[in-house]
Amino acid sequence: MSSHADAHGHGEGGHASVGFYWAIGGILAVLTALEVAAYYMELGAVEVPLLLGLSLAKFVIVVMFFMHLKFDSKLFTGVFLAGMVLAIFMVSALMLLYHVVPGLGVGA
Amino acid sequence: MSVATDTAAAPHTAHHGEPTGLWSWITTVDHKRIGVMYFLTSVFFLLVGGLEALLIRIQLFKPENDFISAELYNQLFTMHGTTMIFLVAMPMAVAFFNYVVPLQIGARDVAFPRLNALSYWIYLFGGLYLNASWFVGAAPNTSWVGYANLTSTQFSPGLNVDFWVLGLSILGVSSIMGGVNFITTIINLRAPGMKLMRMPLFTWMTFVTSFLLITALPVIAVALIMLAFDRFFSANFFNVAAGGDPVLWQHLFWIFGHPEVYILVLPAFGVISDVIPAFSRKPLFGYPVVVYAGVLIGFIGWGVWSHHMFTSGLGPIADSFFVATTMIIAIPTGVKIFNWMATMWGGAIRFTTAMNFAIGLVALFTVGGLSGVMHASAPVDLQQHDSYFVVAHFHYVIVGGILLGMFSGLYYWFPKVTGRYMSEKLGAWHFWSTLIGFNLTFFPMHFSGMFGMPRRTWTYQSELGVEFYNQLSTIGGFMLGVSTLIMLYNVIKSARSGAPAGSNPWGAPTLEWSIPSPPHHYNFPSLPEVRSREPMWHDAEREAIEAVTLAEPESEPVMPGPSFWPIVVASGVTATWALVMTGVWWVPLIGLAYTTFGVFMWAFEDPFKHLKSSH
Amino acid sequence: MAEAAAVAHDDHHYTSTGLNSWKLGFWTLIGSECLFFGTLISTYMVYKGQSIVGPFSGEIFDIPLTTVSTFVLLMSSLAMVLALDGVQRGSRKLSMIWLGVVILLGATFLGFQVYEFSHFYHEGLGLDTNLLGSSFYVLTGFHGTHVFFGVVWLTTLWVMSARGKLPPSKALNVEIAGLYWHFVDIVWIVIFVLVYLIQ
Ligand code: HEM
Ligand SMILES: [Cu+2]
Repeated sequence: MSSHADAHGHGEGGHASVGFYWAIGGILAVLTALEVAAYYMELGAVEVPLLLGLSLAKFVIVVMFFMHLKFDSKLFTGVFLAGMVLAIFMVSALMLLYHVVPGLGVGA
Repeated sequence: MSVATDTAAAPHTAHHGEPTGLWSWITTVDHKRIGVMYFLTSVFFLLVGGLEALLIRIQLFKPENDFISAELYNQLFTMHGTTMIFLVAMPMAVAFFNYVVPLQIGARDVAFPRLNALSYWIYLFGGLYLNASWFVGAAPNTSWVGYANLTSTQFSPGLNVDFWVLGLSILGVSSIMGGVNFITTIINLRAPGMKLMRMPLFTWMTFVTSFLLITALPVIAVALIMLAFDRFFSANFFNVAAGGDPVLWQHLFWIFGHPEVYILVLPAFGVISDVIPAFSRKPLFGYPVVVYAGVLIGFIGWGVWSHHMFTSGLGPIADSFFVATTMIIAIPTGVKIFNWMATMWGGAIRFTTAMNFAIGLVALFTVGGLSGVMHASAPVDLQQHDSYFVVAHFHYVIVGGILLGMFSGLYYWFPKVTGRYMSEKLGAWHFWSTLIGFNLTFFPMHFSGMFGMPRRTWTYQSELGVEFYNQLSTIGGFMLGVSTLIMLYNVIKSARSGAPAGSNPWGAPTLEWSIPSPPHHYNFPSLPEVRSREPMWHDAEREAIEAVTLAEPESEPVMPGPSFWPIVVASGVTATWALVMTGVWWVPLIGLAYTTFGVFMWAFEDPFKHLKSSH
Repeated sequence: MAEAAAVAHDDHHYTSTGLNSWKLGFWTLIGSECLFFGTLISTYMVYKGQSIVGPFSGEIFDIPLTTVSTFVLLMSSLAMVLALDGVQRGSRKLSMIWLGVVILLGATFLGFQVYEFSHFYHEGLGLDTNLLGSSFYVLTGFHGTHVFFGVVWLTTLWVMSARGKLPPSKALNVEIAGLYWHFVDIVWIVIFVLVYLIQ
């Protein structure tokens, strides 16, 4: 068993220790529980940003630690982000065009 | 077969150890052979698409003509556009990616040779499937952009749109895999010393294009999937009665569509960015600027799509945004044009056919760019949209830009592929007939469009006053037909009896010119070390490289062996999609099972098994 | 001569970045897949709340149920990294146990999805009922299809492992399958919040 228990304990393939993985799994479970709690608590205006923030955190954690991007070559991050950024751009642009711009009240 | 021979005494010819015969082509994983197959197939489809265009032009020769029926006319212009974009312009560029990129970066093959073969076979089968529609009399007929909800079963009940929606999604798979392959190849298989900023421009533009392929194609793929669900399983994506929005199709189509036009044009830019320096005997002016302009175009190309939708009522805010981005994207494009001109400035220019086509591109693309900036303005576009003016615009960029670039590449790299020059005399005929025929066909369309002739319309009234322009276009169209035949004749004749060419017939600067023409199947006996952007122009560097690249290896490098599974999987993918046409949900699963079988056989095939049997 | 052959062989493994091509290619493919799911998600978001007739999402979505299946998929990702760890260490036992767990959790997730789909269908939500039906089933259906392929892929690896054909030298196979699996998981993370939790 590799002896490192922290995020920086990486060998050539960049794999952390088993304990570290379990910890990450635990954090992910907690974040999911928080999401569902936020959903049931009906927090009003902060609910949506909060939910988005929590899921973003989960997303980033899985990508960085389970998919090893944090420890791996920046090139992998690069080719992944190329697609990811454009995808986020597209979803946001369409949301704007459909749900925000028409409501701005400028006659079309 | 590429078995490593232990006998150094064996005669070493260019084709040493290479298998021949039909089976060897079917199972080949050699990027050069795949490149050649891509090229020949795209020329075949060029002839098909050209024939369709000529039928259209005959119909439009005079007002109220009834040479062909309105229904057939719809099928012709739809298949013409779809064929030219997806079966000609894109794959012809991929042909050059395949043949040239590994040679330019000093690689023995692409990163995934079998996947590369799969891309080709899917392209071929997808193209044949799309065209099979002619034989059942139901070719697609809702234009290459297939706007909803004309494509719904309500308004298009026949098989026509089925062929289109399924055929295009098959082709998308091929392009995405090609993109993945070339990104990996360019990042990972560069010879020692071939830094990113030393790569030839053609490789750079392939790189940018590949990113556009892997990002833009999935968007259209999903749009097509949704349309397929609407048609085959009564989903509501574009069903107005259920609240669906046909304009969503337009968004998705053009989010793909505008990056797509750069997928088409960037490779051509890449070709001439290599050709112009080679025949001006000067390094490309402002190399980093040309590279960054290309990257920038690829990026901004994602933010302009709604300039195709100014007439669909997105409102002034959205319109203004897209007007601005569209005008901005013209800037990096213009920058490139100045770089090409500055490269020629003061150079020792040799007007070969390849160079003529490259210069022709610069001139004609500029015309298309200018009309593009004109209708980048929303109020202007309201007049020009869906008129022949737009048809003129995109033919100037697509034929004037892309096709000329591809022809330039053909004349430039043909000696590398075959070891023979193409005939310059026939080349001159080809070039001038293309140039004159092209302008005769498309320049008048600016006028017929301004006078109000709508595109995609079967015929026109004589009162419109556009008959003269249409006659010019038709005459020009036939000249273009003749010019294509000249090219074909030149290719066939030169391949057989062209003057022999050496390893660097043009005295060009890049790495592909350091190896024999035609190359060994392993390209490089051992990997050369690159120290500059123009390795073949610096004597010391050239000699060091050629000592490696022209040497006969004692034992041939180990290359992956042929594989039968790419063609099996490709036929499976095509069959799976085609079987969706039955409308019975489980029938495509038969195709899927067959595909899965092929995938497993592939996965467990050892690409080097051909070596083991001989030891 | 032997030396030349050795050079040729080295050349074969040479990459300019030192990175493995399969892994690089696979990350590129994942970048592409982002756009695939991005488009499906865009469509869902554009059509959110636009259905003319019911059932509407608020009426039929079962958050507790989906929370459980979300949790199952999330934990399968944990099992996946543990499986990779097992393979890298050359422990056949650990590899088989954890790969098996991933497969079981993946199959469980699919089971939940089948249950969910048929439940919604009985509540009156068909693919052709309204915009929700179309955009929901196609989005989550394609995600489920990805999970399904993942299960098939991992099962293949499990069989290889059982036959002792998954030594540490083949850990890369598992790593890439793992990348795929985690990607499918992060897509679900996004779907869970955008489709289920934000209504
Ligand atoms: C300076 C750069 C360019 C600008 C500003 C520009 C602008 C435009 C605009 C505004 C339209 C929409 C016109 C309308 O439908 O009303 C258009 C259409 C079109 N453009 Fe361009 N364009 C540019 C370059 C290109 C390039 C490089 C290509 C292809 C290689 C291209 C291909 C097309 C095509 C195919 C259409 C018509 C699509 C259709 O409706 O079927 N354009 N362009
Ligand atoms: Cu455009």
